[in-house]
Amino acid sequence: MASVTVSVQAPGYGITQRKDRWWVEPLVQGTLFLILAGYSTWAAFQGEHYEFGPYLSPMYSPLLQPSWWPLSPAILILWVPIGFRATCYYYRKMYYRSFFLDPPACTVEEPRNAYRGESAFPFILQNMHRYLLYLGFIPLATMWYDVYLGTKFEDGFGIGVGTLVLFVNVAAISLYVFSCHAFRHVIGGNVDCFAKATCGKQRHAVWKASSRSNEHHMMFAWISFFAVVAADLYVRLGSMGYLTDIRII
Amino acid sequence: MAAQGPHEDSTRHPRSAAGGESREAILRVFRGDPRGGEAKEYKVPVGPGMVVLDAIHHIQGYFAPDLACRWNCKAAKCGSCSAEVNGRPRLMCKTRLDEFAEGEIITVYPLRSFPLIKDLVTDVSRNFEVNKRIPPFAPKPSTEWRMQQPDVDRVQEFRKCIECFLCQDVCHVIRNHNKLGEFAGPRFFVRSACLEMHPLDGLNRTRFLKEEAGLGYCNITKCCTEVCPEDIHITDNAIIPLKERVVSEFYSPLGWLRRKLAGK
Amino acid sequence: MENYETHRHDVLVIGAGGAGLRAAIEAKSQGASVGLVCKSLLGKAHTVMAEGGIAAAMANIDPQDDWRTHCADTLRGGVYVNNWRMAQLHAQEAPDRVRELEQWGALFDRTDDGRILQRAFGGHKYRRLVHVGDRTGLELIRTVQDRAVQLGVDVYMECTVTHLFKEDGRIAGALAYWRESGRFVLFPAKAIVIATGGAGKSYKITSNSWEYSGNGQAIAFEIGAELMDMEFVQFHPTGMVWPPGVRGLLVTESVRGDGGLLKNSKGERFMFKHTPERYKGQIADTEAEAEKWLTEIREGRPITARKPPELLPRDIVARAIYNEVKEGRGSEHDGVYLDISHMPAEYVKRKLPSMYMQFKELADVDITAQPMEIGPTMHYMMGGIRVDGDTQSTNVPGLYAAGEAAAGLHGANRLGGNSLSDLIVFGRRAGLYAAEYARGAKEGKIADASVDEAQKKLLAPFDRKKGPTPYEVHRELQDIMTGHVGIFRNEIDLQTGIRKLQDLREKAKTGSVDGGRQYNPGWHLARDLVTMITVSEAIARSALLRKESRGGHARTDYPKLEDAFAKTNFVAVRDGETVKVEGRPLPEWPEEIKKLMEEKK
Repeated sequence: MASVTVSVQAPGYGITQRKDRWWVEPLVQGTLFLILAGYSTWAAFQGEHYEFGPYLSPMYSPLLQPSWWPLSPAILILWVPIGFRATCYYYRKMYYRSFFLDPPACTVEEPRNAYRGESAFPFILQNMHRYLLYLGFIPLATMWYDVYLGTKFEDGFGIGVGTLVLFVNVAAISLYVFSCHAFRHVIGGNVDCFAKATCGKQRHAVWKASSRSNEHHMMFAWISFFAVVAADLYVRLGSMGYLTDIRII
Repeated sequence: MAAQGPHEDSTRHPRSAAGGESREAILRVFRGDPRGGEAKEYKVPVGPGMVVLDAIHHIQGYFAPDLACRWNCKAAKCGSCSAEVNGRPRLMCKTRLDEFAEGEIITVYPLRSFPLIKDLVTDVSRNFEVNKRIPPFAPKPSTEWRMQQPDVDRVQEFRKCIECFLCQDVCHVIRNHNKLGEFAGPRFFVRSACLEMHPLDGLNRTRFLKEEAGLGYCNITKCCTEVCPEDIHITDNAIIPLKERVVSEFYSPLGWLRRKLAGK
Repeated sequence: MENYETHRHDVLVIGAGGAGLRAAIEAKSQGASVGLVCKSLLGKAHTVMAEGGIAAAMANIDPQDDWRTHCADTLRGGVYVNNWRMAQLHAQEAPDRVRELEQWGALFDRTDDGRILQRAFGGHKYRRLVHVGDRTGLELIRTVQDRAVQLGVDVYMECTVTHLFKEDGRIAGALAYWRESGRFVLFPAKAIVIATGGAGKSYKITSNSWEYSGNGQAIAFEIGAELMDMEFVQFHPTGMVWPPGVRGLLVTESVRGDGGLLKNSKGERFMFKHTPERYKGQIADTEAEAEKWLTEIREGRPITARKPPELLPRDIVARAIYNEVKEGRGSEHDGVYLDISHMPAEYVKRKLPSMYMQFKELADVDITAQPMEIGPTMHYMMGGIRVDGDTQSTNVPGLYAAGEAAAGLHGANRLGGNSLSDLIVFGRRAGLYAAEYARGAKEGKIADASVDEAQKKLLAPFDRKKGPTPYEVHRELQDIMTGHVGIFRNEIDLQTGIRKLQDLREKAKTGSVDGGRQYNPGWHLARDLVTMITVSEAIARSALLRKESRGGHARTDYPKLEDAFAKTNFVAVRDGETVKVEGRPLPEWPEEIKKLMEEKK
């Protein structure tokens, strides 16, 4: 019965026995990421058109404007969310695969042999994720406050499309933050025996909830990224006069 | 039970057992040893519900009695029949032939990350060596052996591991960078998590994980989770929580400051 | 004679399932140097297939339970031909052995107050099975595996023992080959423990894996050990029947323990017709009472109702299913229905996760919504090497046996859950007494000539260029055993079977194998066939002599229990090339046991 001969797999970049289109996922995710990240960088450096009526672009929240700072105010704060996203366990997976090809996809050969992973500089810095999370609570809080400010129009309380845009944005970011692996750890993941821990029952409940949302962390990561870009775009276009905000209430 | 009866017609061939179906699967199975080898093609009659391991047994029984492959339970409980089917690390006993298109060539190769012994059998003994180095279960003193199900649930997920080593095989740190040894691999992070998170264990394994098990090599690209036949969320539930524990112990800025101030 | 490796140990344990690992742990803890040899990788032994649980009268759920009830249940389930001493020790020691597992890191399912949860099972009066969902065997083997590794037991993986050697009537060592290279390895040892399981691979439809080839029984038999109770073969009532590739695969008894119902194609719960006299006190006789029991189980309440008849011992259930099918009330693929879809889906998934997965992935059946199709499958051998009840020593000094490879505990029929407890109770005892024996023994000398002869025998199939392949002979053996020594037996079938087995033994001697010695499954099977045929013959010959139906042994020509055989064990002894079977009187029960059987009805 034996007839056809096939050579044994030799090492070499991109070689695999997989027959599916394994390159689609890293390509699509990598491209989307580049587009969103590209826009965000551009928007952060603009230093203008970040306010529109009562609305503030989330990329500029909290708005810090010390007189000695020559550049866009976004740069003073944006390193926190950028750092948080850059060290996020989901984004790490995505960019290690899409950009560093370490590996490009499961069971697909890699271009380089040398590898130190996250055990050496620069990627050892990924361990700062939890502390960036702590810092990230600051812009998260101010963004919620911005939604509140987004209801204060010149003629008093109101809700416009922009208010909703800001709300959706901060809601998405909150889901992203509270489904974070580091958050899941500090909220209860560090406990081995809830039965004996102080407030064990409550902490277990919170940890379970966090674990459930953690399963969708990737989805929240993308939704919140889109939401930030969309919110900035809304404010920017409005501020530039390309669209008018519609008042709902 | 016709098949148990004393005078049953013996069905010798899966073709007839399949009730007259005549579909054939085309398998290209790697045959060879460290000196060299090649994939050989076999045509196997397909019966309902047949899996790749059934096809391999058919090949052994009728075409190639010396075809080497490991298997035991045939029910995805022992983790012996690991192989790479169409480039994907799979358990052969769980990979059904009807998931492939008719006429599609199915390649069956040994696990690529371990030294080849023969055909589909590889030398996985280094995994057992890694296992020996993990500090064993050490119950807290004066434990009264009461545990609550919610605490146990978390660890029971890890206890499901059947040691098929598919995660070890797919992990690029082992597969492409050959670091098994200085890097324990997903299976042994799962086992470490099992011990670390045991509600009555009293040992701290974070230094071991950081310095001897090479936890830092993992770049959480999640291939291990993708291939796990027991659906253990290896990355999210075992490796990342362990990384977080290492962070608390070794990378906390406050801890760093404290150590600096203490002059250590 | 080619060069071979030599590894010396005080105690050599053959087989690394639950019993072998537990024996190795105990012998090592006694200070002996211990070698553990296994045919597969460590941790793959058949113990991982055990699903339901470990029977131990811990009384965590049903406080009335105690070792005396467990002992009585075991003797009743075994239809009174068990080794009473083993049944007693087993029931007394199982709870401690379970606690020990927990202290080594095992994590069993819990009760609300944090103790070990126990579930109902066939033939056990109370909820007694310590478990982890339906993967208890995996938990057990992983725990003892880790413990053995921690203690530093030397493990020889993928190594098949083929011969035992004696000197001056005492055990002296063993010869094995590495499966990987086909090279030989000699293990001189002062004591040897056989823990190699059964011989299910002699049957076509079986829940057993390729490892179950009767290796241990046959090599012990070869040097004079006796095989007892071999006619008692357990057909598990619930094996998968469809699709063909998974036919025989085990469906855990926990399905019934957790509320599963057996129905025929007419939708009848046929088990109500089959309760024997000795179980009338424990089994519900109306559907209403069975329903009440089910509700109590589901809600985790104290049990007041009697158990449904689905939870009769396995031999009774298996034969009932067989008859339903034979009488035309079977399912589409010649099985009957096992249905747990009336229980909440979440409950089923939590209690039976691997059954859920197994049916979903291998048979496209969702057990939370559909019934399973099941039928009997060869599962376990109650018989095995005859041992002393306290020490697990055989009649060959220095040779011990434990687990499925040994006989006595289960009598004519094993209760579900008593296997895992058997492994840890008697695995420990075998290791303990083997180490003790080794302390006082001198290492024997194995004659070069015996080693040489053994090696020649093993390599002979390579020299024959023509002849049947081992796979062919194996298929033939399975046909003989399934057809003539199956779930129901009779005089003519058994005699034909024995004749065919003798012919097959000759045919196997002419067999040839292809390829080289390196990892060659054909060659491995050729060797396993020799042991399978020996054990099969012992089964068939013992079955011929027991002219009654008892437990796992059912004769259509003698359908009843017969007093004439109630006090007899059949023992197979070696007689040249063939197997001779003789009756031995069952040891008389002491007063204590008689009293306990009276009280614990």
